[in-house]
Formats: sequence, structure tokens, C-alpha cells
Amino acid sequence: MKTLKKISIIFLLMSMIMAAGGCGPSSKLTLNVYNWGDYIDESVLADFEKKTNIKVNYDTFTTNEDMYIKLKSGGSSYDLLIPSDYMIKRMIDEGMLAKLNFENIPNYKYIGSQFKNLEYDPDNEYSVPYMWGTVGILYNKKMVSERPDSWRILWDQKYAKQILMLDSHRDSIGITLKMLGYSLNTKNLAELEQAKEALIRQKPLVLAYVVDEVKDKMIVEEAALALVWSGDAVYCMRENENLDYVIPKEGSNYWFDAMVIPKGAPNKEAAEKFINFMCEPEIAYRNADYIGYSSPHTEAVKNLPAEIRNNRTAYPPAEDLKNCEVFIDLGSALKDYDRIWTEIKAQ
Amino acid sequence: MKKTWAAYPYLFWIIIFTIIPLGLLIFFSITVQTASGIVFSLDNFRRFLEPVYLKVLMRSLSLAALSTVLCLLLGYPAAQFLAAHDLKHRNTMVLLMVLPMWINFLLRTYAWLPLLERKGLINYILGRLGLPSLNLLYNDFAVMLGMVYNFLPFMVLPIYSVLSKIDRSLIEAAEDLGADPALVFRKVVFPLSLPGVFSGITMVFMPAVTTFVISRLLGGGQFTLIGNLIEQQFLTVGDWNFGSAISMVMMAVILISMGFASKYETEQEGGGLW
Amino acid sequence: MVSRILKRAYMFSLYLFLYAPIIVLAFYSFNNSRTRGAWTGFTFKWYLALFQDRQIMTSLYYSLSIGVIAAFVATIIGTLAALGINHLKPIPRTVIMNLTYLPVLNPDIVTGISLMLLFIFVRLKLGFLTLLLSHITFNIPYVILSVLPRVKQLDQNMYEAALDLGATPGLAFWKVILPEIMPGVVTGWLLAFTLSLDDFVISFFNTGSGVSNLSIIIYSMARRGINPKINALSTLLLVSILALLVTVNLMMSRQRHLKIREESE
Repeated sequence: MKTLKKISIIFLLMSMIMAAGGCGPSSKLTLNVYNWGDYIDESVLADFEKKTNIKVNYDTFTTNEDMYIKLKSGGSSYDLLIPSDYMIKRMIDEGMLAKLNFENIPNYKYIGSQFKNLEYDPDNEYSVPYMWGTVGILYNKKMVSERPDSWRILWDQKYAKQILMLDSHRDSIGITLKMLGYSLNTKNLAELEQAKEALIRQKPLVLAYVVDEVKDKMIVEEAALALVWSGDAVYCMRENENLDYVIPKEGSNYWFDAMVIPKGAPNKEAAEKFINFMCEPEIAYRNADYIGYSSPHTEAVKNLPAEIRNNRTAYPPAEDLKNCEVFIDLGSALKDYDRIWTEIKAQ
Repeated sequence: MKKTWAAYPYLFWIIIFTIIPLGLLIFFSITVQTASGIVFSLDNFRRFLEPVYLKVLMRSLSLAALSTVLCLLLGYPAAQFLAAHDLKHRNTMVLLMVLPMWINFLLRTYAWLPLLERKGLINYILGRLGLPSLNLLYNDFAVMLGMVYNFLPFMVLPIYSVLSKIDRSLIEAAEDLGADPALVFRKVVFPLSLPGVFSGITMVFMPAVTTFVISRLLGGGQFTLIGNLIEQQFLTVGDWNFGSAISMVMMAVILISMGFASKYETEQEGGGLW
Repeated sequence: MVSRILKRAYMFSLYLFLYAPIIVLAFYSFNNSRTRGAWTGFTFKWYLALFQDRQIMTSLYYSLSIGVIAAFVATIIGTLAALGINHLKPIPRTVIMNLTYLPVLNPDIVTGISLMLLFIFVRLKLGFLTLLLSHITFNIPYVILSVLPRVKQLDQNMYEAALDLGATPGLAFWKVILPEIMPGVVTGWLLAFTLSLDDFVISFFNTGSGVSNLSIIIYSMARRGINPKINALSTLLLVSILALLVTVNLMMSRQRHLKIREESE
């Protein structure tokens, strides 16, 4: 009995200490950053903390849609987000983003001019580009004999259970539309139904629908072909020389991810400081080097080793991008995409 | 001594954190968002009756049922062994059965990934033996394996705790009356152990029907169970009304099967856990 | 004899099935290479990387603090509730007990989602507070279920005797009732704490703003593929659980010895 009493007293004391520690006010400013998984050189965060004495609370999402829902539900408070083009457009239209004060972001001058005045933010009021890239096929040269030139290879029986698709509906439906010769921004229901049929037909061949796992899986050669974002391809190709990346001839998606601040962010100024910090040449270089995506930062690109700068995957020549489209916000047609994707996955 | 006031904070708590949330869930399930605002409608339930979603429900139920049966087949003999009267080190053996439940559920599921992969340990060993490699991950087999692995102890423990309390003299009496071991089992031991079996079945079947983690990690994103459908509606698609309707269906399924089982269940809730 | 060997073989393979994956996991946490299958040398580097990973370390802090606070609050509310419920009239008691069983029987995913709907409905930002509230909510029933049997065994006369001897109701509670129900309270606390540490589903839906507990981090890491850091983490958790169980067992057996000695004297 006595021992029990002692134990319980210890537990109570522990509880109280932890409670005090958990709820106690922290004097430091905290910046809530919401970014894609594995999309930053994490040592950069510590450097920012050291430099500014602002604590970074770093959180990750898997797809634009996940991020949007989390934010839209009003359940979460973040100071800085890094979504893609079409999602930024949607959020601007819905009044979810705050205009940036560019006086706090002098380093914006380093962003290449071709990344300014883009359709999703025509007057450069809301966003600062972070990375850009394409969507394509990452394949293993040992397992795939011919260099793929069409999306149709992802429907090839030969590679049954060796194909990884993206668990992101705009991307997976988008490339299917491209394969069928349609725009990846179509709102035409008949075209979408065709894409759905095609994806359902493909399903038995697919090993898994993944997002972040793809890098690990391709590097250890668990699959032969994968639908990937270009930066992940660069990363994988660095780790495994048997891998190569191709943008099929039918064309693909060409995208931009940019840093934005949601309306009502508790620490807007700190978030702008963070954006400015991310645009410092050395920091932008470290991120670009670490994650493998293509940087819109002129100085960072200049500092990259030649083999990356001239890498066709990371910095594709204009001819590769010829048939590529940028996603645009679909408005109410998004519901159809959601429904189709749910039905494909439920099959 | 009238100290019923002591229950008031709790009453307050369940009203706010149990009853109101369930009310919200019901509210969302019977409404739809239209351009002109929120409208009462049964469309969400009607949508669930489409073949695609019914197939998901059937898949979840059959997979969970299959895993439950497997757990029972594997677990019953184990429980019998643990309850055997001549067992040395019984406490250690029981503890070893309980121990995996103390390890984080996600880690237990994750632990299978490096084993089942195409380049994983099992295929590595097969390769060394000169055997062809197998597709073990991202299919029914992997998901079911994950379920059986995670929930097996929940089947063994309740059966064990009932079996170990069976009066030995009943068995001896049956033996004295000339029953062979098979008959003793069929007529005496098994009927007496039924409460444990039923509580084991609920403890396995329930989490197996509702899981979305096992099917996500071991099923590879294309394997949709009803739990995945709900998660998707809430976190990726944002159709809370449809998501709530599916949740209501799931709750109904669970509560009905619980109702069946509780007829036979023992009083002991989670006995043997502590 | 044959059946005996068969039985042993069966049990052995069952335990092998239960433990092999965990042991393999622990084994590979010392493997130098990231690639699986082949063993390329012994290393501690994944453990070092683990301790340097700020996301994992922060989540460990959140897991522990949420676990301790939630268990603490749930124990207080649950113990009081158990005392109160015992004095209720039969009908309200049945109603309350059924409501208590509801979150226990309800699928986690439904509990998680309905709480999320509530928090969003009242515009509470998902984060530490909502995570804590949701954990307290699913913990309370377990505390009640472990305290209630003790409360039922309470001898009413003891409490009244204390009052007759001049103790205030508070003192009588502290000196008479609490010690009697203490084992149930401690069990309730421990149960709540472990459930809180183990929970993933309810936490998954009720957190945000960068507050992640260990389960959520493991889930998001596992979705990124195999990572030796998780192997290292699970090895450490396994070792600490083993250590805890061994200590508790030693303590209990010592107590038992003492008791036996007291009784024999």
C-alpha cells in the first residue's frame, strides 16, 4: 500500500511538472511553416532560428488538396505555406491569402523574371516562387529496355505490378488526359469519364499509389516505372545511376510552388522575414542542392554544379516543355475530379 | 451521503465532447451543401448505395471477417496451451503474449514493410535459396497479415482468461464418464469458453473493420477499405457530408455486431490487459 | 509425447510470428547500409541521426506531455465520476454508464472525426489544446471503468465513522476513501497514459499547426518508405518498455515477498 502511495505521488508530481512545462508561456515568437514532405534542407531552419531568434514550428503535408482542406476547415493556424500554382490561384480567389509586403522581402530581386507575373498571381502580390518543375516518368534502365516516350508505357501489361502512380488526383488524372490527347485542365465530363475508364483499366497493373514513398521505392529498385515530380527524379537519379527521367511526347504538367502567407496569419512579419531568408542566395542554393528541384533563384542556379545546371531533368530545355501545361484552378469542376478519384481508388 | 455532484464534471464533459460531436456527425450526414446553403437530404446515404461504395463495404467486412477467423484458428490453440494446468512459467508466457500490444501500433505495422518488400528480407532469403521472389506487399495478403499480426493477442487473451477459470472437475467428470478428449472439448471446454471467444471476436473484428492505417501502409494507397474512404473524404476531398454519412454507416455496422456479441460476452472488460 | 512436441513447436512458431518482425526491425537499426536485405556492417549512426532529428524529438515531447496531462485530468474527472455514479439512482446510472461505454465501443475514426467537427464548429484552432482535449475525452471512460469496481467495494461505514470522529468530509475523503480506491486510480492513470501514447487515429484528426505526436510522425515517416531512423526509434521504445515491465515485475514480486513474510510472522 505504501509503495502504491509513493508511486501515485510521483505520478502526480510528474503530471504537474509536465503540465506547467507544457502550458507555460514561451517568450520566443513561433513561426508555423506548412510545407510539402521532404521539401527543404532542414538545417536551414536551425540557421533561421539562430539568426532571427524566431522559433520555427515545421509541419508537412502530402498534397495540395490535403493542405487546402486542413486550412479551409479553419482548424489550423499557419504563418507560411508552400502550395502549387493552381492552388494559390484558388486560395487567392477565395480570399484566403494575404498580400505580401515586399519591403520586407528585398531578396525578391533574385527571382528570375520568367517566374514573375505568372497566371496564378499576375501582379506578383501574393507569392514568392520557391521551386518549379515538371511531371514525368522515372524509369529503371535495367528493367525497362526502351526509353519510354509515351504515357502509354504506364498501361503496358509487361510492367504489371511494377508501376507506381502518384496519389494526387490532379497529377494522375492530368497525365491520363494528356495521354488521351486532351488538356489536363479539361472540364469536359466525357473526357474525364474516358480518363477514369483508363485509370480503372490501369489499376491492376499499379503496384501502389504513393507520394513520398516513391523516392525510397525507386532507389532500391522496388518498381520499374513511376510517375514522379522532376525534383524527386533528380534526387533518385543521384542515388541510383540506373534511373532516368523522361517527359513523354504527349506533354505533361509544368508547375511552380511558391511561398504564400494565409490571411490572418498570427506572425505575418516573421513569415516575410522567413521568405526573405529563403531567398538569400546561399540558403536558396542549399535548398536547391538538397532537394533536387529546380530553383527560380538566379544566384542559386549560378552556384549549382554544372552537371545539375545542365541536367535535362532539373532544368529542361524549352523543347521538352513544348506540350506542357500549367494547372489552372478548376473552380466547381474540381468536384468531378474528386468524385472520379474517389471512384478509382474505391474500385 | 449524497455525493452525486461528483459526477457532474463528467456529465458536463460527455455532453460537450461525446454527445454534441455525435450530433454534429448526424447533422452533417443528413445535409448537403448547395449553392443556396445547407439543405437536408439523404443524398449522402443514397450515394453510398452506389455499387462502388457497397463494394468497399463488402471488402472491409469480408477482409475483417477473414482476419477474425484466422485469429480465432491461430489463437484458440494458443490460449488452450497457455491455460494448460501443468504449464511452467505461465506468467512469463502470458506476458510475452501481451508485450507486443505495448509497442506502438504503427511500429508493429511498419515492421512488416522491410520484410515484405520485393527487395525485403523474405525475398532475400528466397533468393538465397534459389527460389523466385514473390509479390508480398500491397495486396490482400499483406493487409490481412497486418490485421492478424496486430490483433492476434486480443483474441488469445480473453479466451485464455476464460479457459483458465474453467473448473477442472467438470473436465475430469466428463473423462470419468468415458468421453474421449475430442468429445470433452466439443461438449465441455468449447461451450464454456464461448464468452471468451465472443469477446475475442469483437476485439478483433471491430478494429479490423475500421482500420485505415494497415490498409494504407501495407495496401499501398490503392487498397480502399471503409476507413480509408472516410479519411479521404475528410482530409483530401473535403466532402464532410458524405464522410459523415459513411461514418454513420460504419457506426451502425459496429454497433449491430456488438449487439450480437454482447449477448454472449463476459462481464470482464479487457480482462487480462492489466 | 508427440502431441507435446507439436504443441511446443506450434507455440514456438506463434511467438516467432509475433516477435520476428520486431526483432528484425531492431537488428536492421544497426545496419550500416540503407538498402535492405544485405548486412553491410555495424553502426550507431541511425541512433545519432534520430537524436538530431528535431521533428522526432519534438513529437516525443508532445507525446509525453499530452500523455501525462491527459491522464492526469482524466484521472481526476474519472475518479470523481466513479464516486458520483455509484450514488446515482439506477436509471440515471444506466444512462451514464451506457454513455461511458459509447466512446469505448465506437470506432476510433468516428470518435476522432466527430471531435474534429466539434472543434472546427466552435472555431478552436487544431493544435496542442485540441489534441489534449480529445485525449482526455477518450481516456475518461477507461479511468471510470478501472476505478468503479473499487468504489463498489468501499465500506460506507468507514467514511461515516471518520465523520463521527470529527473529520471534515474533505479529510475523510483524503484519509479514508482515497487510500481505498488508490489501486484503481493508479491503474486508471497508467491505462490512460499508455492509451494516450499509443493513440494514432484520434490524434491524426485532431491536431494541426505543427503539433504532432510520435504516432503521427511515425505514420508520416512510414509513408515516405523505410527509414532506419524509425528502426532505431522502435528499438529504443522496445528496450524502455522491457525495462519498465521488468522493474514493475520486480517491485511487485518484492512486495509479494514482504507480504508473505508479514503474514507468516
